[in-house]
Order: sequence, then C-alpha cells, then structure tokens
Amino acid sequence: MKFPMKWAVSLHRQFAASILKFQQPNFTRLRLSRGLSSKAKPPVTMGAKKENSDDEMDEKVKKYLRGDAANLEGVKDKKLKGQLAVREDLYGKSAKTAAKIEKWLLPSEGGYLEAEGIEKTWRIKQESIAREVDILSSRNQYDIVLPELGPYTLDFTSNGRYMAAAGRKGHLAIVDMKTLNLIKEIQVRETVRDVAYLHNELFFAAAQKKYPYIYNREGTELHCLKEHGPVLRLQFLKNHFLLASINKFGQLRYQDVTMGEMIGNFRTGLGRTDVMQVNPFNGVVALGHSSGTVTMWKPTSSVPLVKMLCHPGPVSSLAFHPNGHLMATSGRENKIKIWDLRKFEVIQTLPCHAKTLNFSQKGLLAAGTGSFIQILADFSGSQNYSSYMTHSMAKGYQVGKVLFRPYEDILGIGHSMGWSSILIPGSGEPNFDSWVANPFETSKQRREKEVHSLLDKLPPETIMLDPTKVGTVRVPQKKEKPTKKDIEAEMEAAIETAKGTEFKKKTKGRNKPSKRATKRREMIDKAKRPFLEQQTQERETSRKKQKTNPETEMPKSLQRFVRQKAT
Amino acid sequence: MKVKVISRSTDEFTRERSQDLQRVFRNFDPSLRSQEKAVEYVRALNAAKLDKIFARPFIGAMDGHRDSIKCMAKNPNYLKAIFSGSDDGDIRLWDIASRRTVCQFPGHQGAVQGLTVSTDGSVLVSCGSDCTVRLWNVSDANLADSDYLSDNSSKPQAVYIWKNAFRAVDHQWDGDLFATAGAQVDIWNHNRSQPVNTFDWGSDTTISIRFNPGEPNILATSANDRSITLYDLRMSSPARKVIMRTKTNSIAWNPMEPMNFTAANEDCNCYSYDARKLEEAKCVHKDHVSAVMDIDFSPTGREFVTGSYDRTVRIFQYNGGHSQEIYHTKRMQRVFCVKYSCDASYVISGSDDTNLRLWKAKASEQLGVVLPRERKKHEYLEAVKNRYKHLPEVKRIVRHRHLPKPVYKAANLRRTMIEAERRKEQRRKAHSAPGSIVTEPVRKRRIIKEVE
Repeated sequence: MKFPMKWAVSLHRQFAASILKFQQPNFTRLRLSRGLSSKAKPPVTMGAKKENSDDEMDEKVKKYLRGDAANLEGVKDKKLKGQLAVREDLYGKSAKTAAKIEKWLLPSEGGYLEAEGIEKTWRIKQESIAREVDILSSRNQYDIVLPELGPYTLDFTSNGRYMAAAGRKGHLAIVDMKTLNLIKEIQVRETVRDVAYLHNELFFAAAQKKYPYIYNREGTELHCLKEHGPVLRLQFLKNHFLLASINKFGQLRYQDVTMGEMIGNFRTGLGRTDVMQVNPFNGVVALGHSSGTVTMWKPTSSVPLVKMLCHPGPVSSLAFHPNGHLMATSGRENKIKIWDLRKFEVIQTLPCHAKTLNFSQKGLLAAGTGSFIQILADFSGSQNYSSYMTHSMAKGYQVGKVLFRPYEDILGIGHSMGWSSILIPGSGEPNFDSWVANPFETSKQRREKEVHSLLDKLPPETIMLDPTKVGTVRVPQKKEKPTKKDIEAEMEAAIETAKGTEFKKKTKGRNKPSKRATKRREMIDKAKRPFLEQQTQERETSRKKQKTNPETEMPKSLQRFVRQKAT
Repeated sequence: MKVKVISRSTDEFTRERSQDLQRVFRNFDPSLRSQEKAVEYVRALNAAKLDKIFARPFIGAMDGHRDSIKCMAKNPNYLKAIFSGSDDGDIRLWDIASRRTVCQFPGHQGAVQGLTVSTDGSVLVSCGSDCTVRLWNVSDANLADSDYLSDNSSKPQAVYIWKNAFRAVDHQWDGDLFATAGAQVDIWNHNRSQPVNTFDWGSDTTISIRFNPGEPNILATSANDRSITLYDLRMSSPARKVIMRTKTNSIAWNPMEPMNFTAANEDCNCYSYDARKLEEAKCVHKDHVSAVMDIDFSPTGREFVTGSYDRTVRIFQYNGGHSQEIYHTKRMQRVFCVKYSCDASYVISGSDDTNLRLWKAKASEQLGVVLPRERKKHEYLEAVKNRYKHLPEVKRIVRHRHLPKPVYKAANLRRTMIEAERRKEQRRKAHSAPGSIVTEPVRKRRIIKEVE
C-alpha cells in the first residue's frame, strides 16, 4: 500500500527504530501508529523469531537475577570461594526456572491501546474506549459530582480494592471499588486536607484542621494524633508501619502506628510545604519545597539524606516510579523533569503543566492541571516519555490529585467537584501475588496477612537510599597520607593560583607599582603559609620523638639530670 | 483502534464452594516487593531468636548402671536400641524410646572395655579387662520385648579367654571378623576361640580401634605411644603410622567419605586426617578445654559429636574448626563415650555418673510428626538464618551459648595462653632474620613424623 511521502517524513525516529527492533517487551504492548496498516506486518523470519524469544527469556532472567553476580576474583579463601561459586550457580538456576514458569504462573496479560490508521492514541477519547471494552470495565468510568463539599483527595489500599475519599469541607467516604458500594461516609465538620490508608482497609488517617485523626472502617474515631499538629500531607510507609506527616510549620514527623511511638520529629527548616511523597522502593520520604529544592529524609537522621535543586521556582508536585530509580518533579515554570535517582541527573525535561503527578505500576506517568490530564508513557522500555493519552474534563473542574489504582487499568482523579475515574489501558499490573496484595481478599486472609506483615515489620533503621546494601560488606576506607611530592605539587598549584589573581584597579593615586608588587608578594605568602605551618609541625613532632630517649645520648654521669617522663 | 483493559471476573479468582481451598496466585516479580533484603534480615533475626527459645536439647537420662559407663554400641539394624557397658562388668541393652533397660548381659568379672555389634545385628561382642571376649546372642524378640523386667538376662553364646586385658573392640562393617585392641591388635572370627591374626608394631598398648566403613579390610588404631596406625588385613602387616605429640583417645571414620577419619586427642583438639595423606591434618577442631575422650560421626557424615573429660558434649561440623553446639548438665560428670543415633536425630552420651543421657542432635528441632508446611517453614527459617548469620546482630544471637563456669574460665585461660605464645612467636619472628623462623600450620604442628 502506497502512502504519501509526507507521512514517511513525519514518522518519529523512535517509531522507525521500533519497526527495526525485533525485541518486544513482554508485559506491555503499547504500540503506536507507524503509518502502516495493521495488516502489513514487518517481515520476520524464523531465525529472528527465535532470537526474539531468546531475548525475551534473557530479559526475564535478568529481572529475576536482581543485579549482577558477585565478583569472586578478590576472594583469597579457597573454601569460601568454592562455597560462593556454588551459591551464585544456584541463583542463576533459580532465576532461569522463575523465568520459565512465568508463562504458566501468570494467568492474565496486560492491557494495551493501539491506534490504527492515522489516528493517534492521545486523541482517543474515553467514550470511544468505553464502547470497545466490556461492560464490567466500562462501569469503572464515572464522574461523581459533589460540588458543595470541596476539592477531593483520594487514597487506595495497596490491593486497589478500597478507596478513601476526603472532601475539603469534612466529607470522608470509604468505597469498595469492586462492587462500587459505599461502605461508610462521615462528616467530621472540619477541614480535611489529606487522607491516607494504613496497612489495610480497616484503618485510615485523615489530616484534619488541628490534628490528624485515625478512623476505623465503621467511621469510629480511634486516635487523635495531637503531637503532629496541623498536618498538610500524610504518607504511610507500608513495610515499616510508619505514618509520616508534614505540618504547617514544616515539621516532619514519623510515628509507628503499631505501638504509637514517635520515631522522628524533624524541623525541615525550609518552610511550609505540601508536596510529600514516599519512594516505595526504599521508604525514603521526599519533600518538595518552595525554593525549588527536593529533600529526602529518613526517620533516623535530623539532616536530610539528599538535597537537590530541581526547579527555579517552587516544586508543585513529585512522583516516584515503583522501581525506585525514577522521579518526576514539576515546577511552576510548566516543565516536568524526570530524574535518575542513582546519578541524581535529569534524564528528560517535558514541556507540560502539572499540578499533580503519579506513576502507575507499569511506569505510566499521569500529569494533571486545571481540568486537563495527560498520560505519558515510555515505549519500548527506554526512559523516554512521550504523550500516550489525554483526558479533559468539564471546564469548571480543577484537578486536585491523580492516583492510579493498583492492579487495575484505572486512574482515579480527585477534583474540586468530586472525583472521577477513567480507563488507561496498560497502566496496571495484570498479575497480582496473593501474598503481597490480593484484591479478592477474604477477611480471614486479611487477618493472616496483617499478622504476617507485623512479624516482618522492618525497623526504621533499614530505610536507606540504596536498600540492596543490607548484608553487604562495608569496604574500609583507607585514608592515604599524601606523599612529599604531592604536598609540594599542591604548594606549587596554590602559588600559581595566587600569582594569577587579579587586583582591583585603584584610582586617585593609590595604584603605585610598588604597592602592587607588595600586595602580590603578600598573596603568595598567604598561599604558602598553611604548607609551611604543616612542615614546622612535622619537624616539631619528629624532634619530640627523637628527644624521648635522652638516656642513650647522655653520658652516665649526667643521667640523673635527665627529665623523667611520667610513667 | 485495538484496546484491552484488565478485567478480572470474580469467579476466576475466588473459590466456588466453601469446601474448596482458597485460590492462590503467585507472581515472583521482584518489582512487586520492596526492600526484600531488609525483610529477610528481620526474618533471620527472628528465626535466630526463636531457635534460642526452642532450644531444649536434653531429653532424658537412662538410669540403671552402678558404675561409670565406659563404652557403648549401636545396633545397625535396630534404631531404638543401644548397648552400654560399665566398669563393674554390667552390660545393658536400652530401649531409647522409653529409656529403660530391656535386657542385661551379666558375666564380665572386671570392667567392660569395649562393645560392638556384628554386621547383621544378631551378635554382641564385648571385651573386658578380665582378658575375655564374650559373644552374646541378640535376637529380635529380645529387642522388641515390651515386657521390661530388670532381671531379664541372657547367657553368653561364647566366651574366649586370651592372654592380656583388652582395651577396645570393633566389628567389620561388612564381614564377619572383629578386632580387639590390647597389648597387640588381634583379628578374630566368630567361631574360633583364638585370634585369626595378630598385628604388632611398637611395644605399647593399643587403646582404640575402628574399622573403615567403606573398605572392610582397613582399620585404624591408636596406641599409648601417641601414634595412630592404619592396618590392612589383606597385607597382614601394618600399613602406615603417624606419631603425634599427644595420645589419641578415639578415632571415628566418616561414613560418607570413608577415606577421612577424625581422631580425638588428649590435647583437647580433634584432628581430621585423609588416610592417604597423613603428613598433614585436614582440619583441626578446637573447642574443648580438656582431653577429648570419644568421638562419633553422624550417618550423614556432615557432623560429629565428641565427649570430653571436661564434662561437656560438643557437636562439630565435619569441616568446621569450632563447635556448633555444646551440651552440659550439672549432673553429668566426665563423659567417656558418645554415640550419634543411626537416624542422625539423637546423641547419646555415657558418663562417669553412671547415667546415659539422651540429647537432641539439633537443639531446637521439633520432635514427632512434623507437617509438610511446618517442615517447609523450618527449612526456610534455617536457610534465611544461615544467609545472614555473619551480620553482627544475628551472629551474636546464633553464637551465644551458656557455658558452665569452670569451662568458661578454662577456655579463657587457654585462650590467653595461646595468644601469649602466638605473640611471642610473632616477636621472635619480627626480630630475627626474615625466613629463619618458619611457622608451621597447626595442622602440621602436632605431628611428629609419619612412618611407613
């Protein structure tokens, strides 16, 4: 089929690359239009197909290997080396077996959205998706309009089954998302700024006007957390059972919800902020400040782990990718920056408004401003985000929070007129693990899970930037003494820089050449001084050491006059 | 436009009837779980603590003898039985499950010095300081007797009198010869009243003897002249001898690696040797504070148990330099003999206080029927604990053992002495010409020479 040249020219380089690449990621199939009809497939030979499956297998095995094998070259103990080699072999085998049985163990395949012909995925509306999809899924697209109770924020439980919605004017509601049943709604008659579920659907915390409160599933108030003060944002760290909160005065608090102990209470020192997110990979809490810095905190230190300047103006929102290596931040200058957290470098800058950001389980990024929501996706695994879908709501709706629902292809939107839910194919993880999060949990399973997770509760000291460091060997840092040559070289370098300094040109007869010369000599002396001081100190110490046995030097008749050292 | 959205129907993911099991879905993807290593570490810590809580190794004592117990024998065909002989000539057959005497074999006039059972488990051979070797009939009816009468006794099948007092006896693993140790090493047949063969190398008494489990014609003996000798019956002459600095009290062959044996020495250590290369010990097992009296390997070949004069029983790994486990009681005095049960779950020790004691081989093991889920959980906890046992918190808990005060003090004293010796050696080396003082590894240090 012939197609006009202009289409060929306008093909994005990335799409051309994706035609030539035989490699296809297994779990997402986000394919975009390539200017070809769906019938004409790129030619694939048998050999290439086999390569395809081998590559897939390799990718899967890599995923299960969790990093590189250990380097056994430096191990001198032969017994230990042998034992470690056997272990590494065993890990390799188990990764291969896990990759092989994946095809039997995982019953569902992920969602996808493919545009055909000349249409683009970001022009596809929710109504057209609803038409193509089955009834059960189309039920999940709705708008709940509650105009008088203020902008709504949402939170989902970790299995995506229950949702807590909180309206600013005091409306708290718990909804079962499977059956779309309202379980309980209460009116607390105070401003509610944020809501967060604790470890399961039985407990949730609401950040009310003066203090945060913890409520039961029935709406009974269980605890009033007076120590936290007027909280702006709440976050729950699942593995550690810690409730983190940031309040109006910029104080960050960590409280253990199992025993009620306050673990940490830190003054950030950077003012009031309401941008707070937890990195699910390592449990670190990140705050975005009005100076444009993002600080990362852990409960055992009063100084932030990391302070990075992200934006020239205030940071308006923050989101973490579930793999823990990517962070998206947005500032008031209408740019979204995608950061690599291993190197703390910007990978990508997108020209996009974003008042709120959220990553899905599969790595899709939702950005919402005003009444417009944009979904960005990185196709083919390379961390290059581009537009995937868009959604614009009715004009008066101001988006407050976007949140992807775990294990479903659904995006929950909390806005000024209530909350909505739209379908985003390919955003959720299709296969859940019953021991991690089970959307079909019975109450018995929930109770068992609670006990098991309490037994596995991590102490707050395990929160660190790189959680894979647990159990590794800390290499002792050897401080090397600089040799004489190094010291001399340093002195030379200091003298050179001192020589090169430029002086202010003085006027009114003060710029005499003799004065300039003395000033220059002064600068060089100043540069030399620390090195000379060091030299004299060393001479003193060596002289002192030599002086320690004067008995050997003194003749016998004078030995009684030798100063006795206090023993 | 092609679109597909995740939609799960409740029927597929929940059970149909309440009699069915709940459905479980697994996805081993590491991205679904965060901080796996920290979770494993917490589990390892809890597993170590639970281990210590459930560590109750002592099961019971078998009371009955009237003098100290010098030797024990296992019946290879019957798991529940153990024979023990004491210093007043009393030999008893015990039922381990009920910890009572099934049968007594009176007859010896002096101390019973050695006990062993024949290959098919029907004949018990005992030797004593009254210069006799007695063979007793041990029938299945005898063993399975549930009617425990304390005066249930049997007559010996045969009594052979010979020239000198005997110190030890051992039966071939796969044959019908047994060997006795005394002034010389004698090889006997069940039916002959005189030894078939005699070995003599050196002029000192042989105090222990053991046949090789893999090769029925090889045996190892240890003598009072601080030597360990290997004999080969086919060659009818002694094969090899290694002389050490101190006397070896007992030898045990590794049943899974029959070329290796471990010798329990008078200098508080056990030395593992490869029988083909006796010039250097394979491994030195240190931890006792007094002479090691007896040693026995587990049927898995991975562990061995030692009993020592310092009133403790220790369990070592076959290749480990230090003990894994130590058992002691206030009432247990000098331990003279130990045996590992044939199913590797129990350790039996016979000591000076006339009691045989039954211990668990793994102190926190759950006895009895263990359900498959329980067993899997135990295995998982064991594995995760072993993976993190080098980290300081976990190591502190795993290593912790309560030692009786005399043992603790003696161990400290030994340690200071060894440290002092080592430091002196280091200083001597540092202040002498490089290469003039050569330190020998411990594995070689205790060997004087090897003789063909």
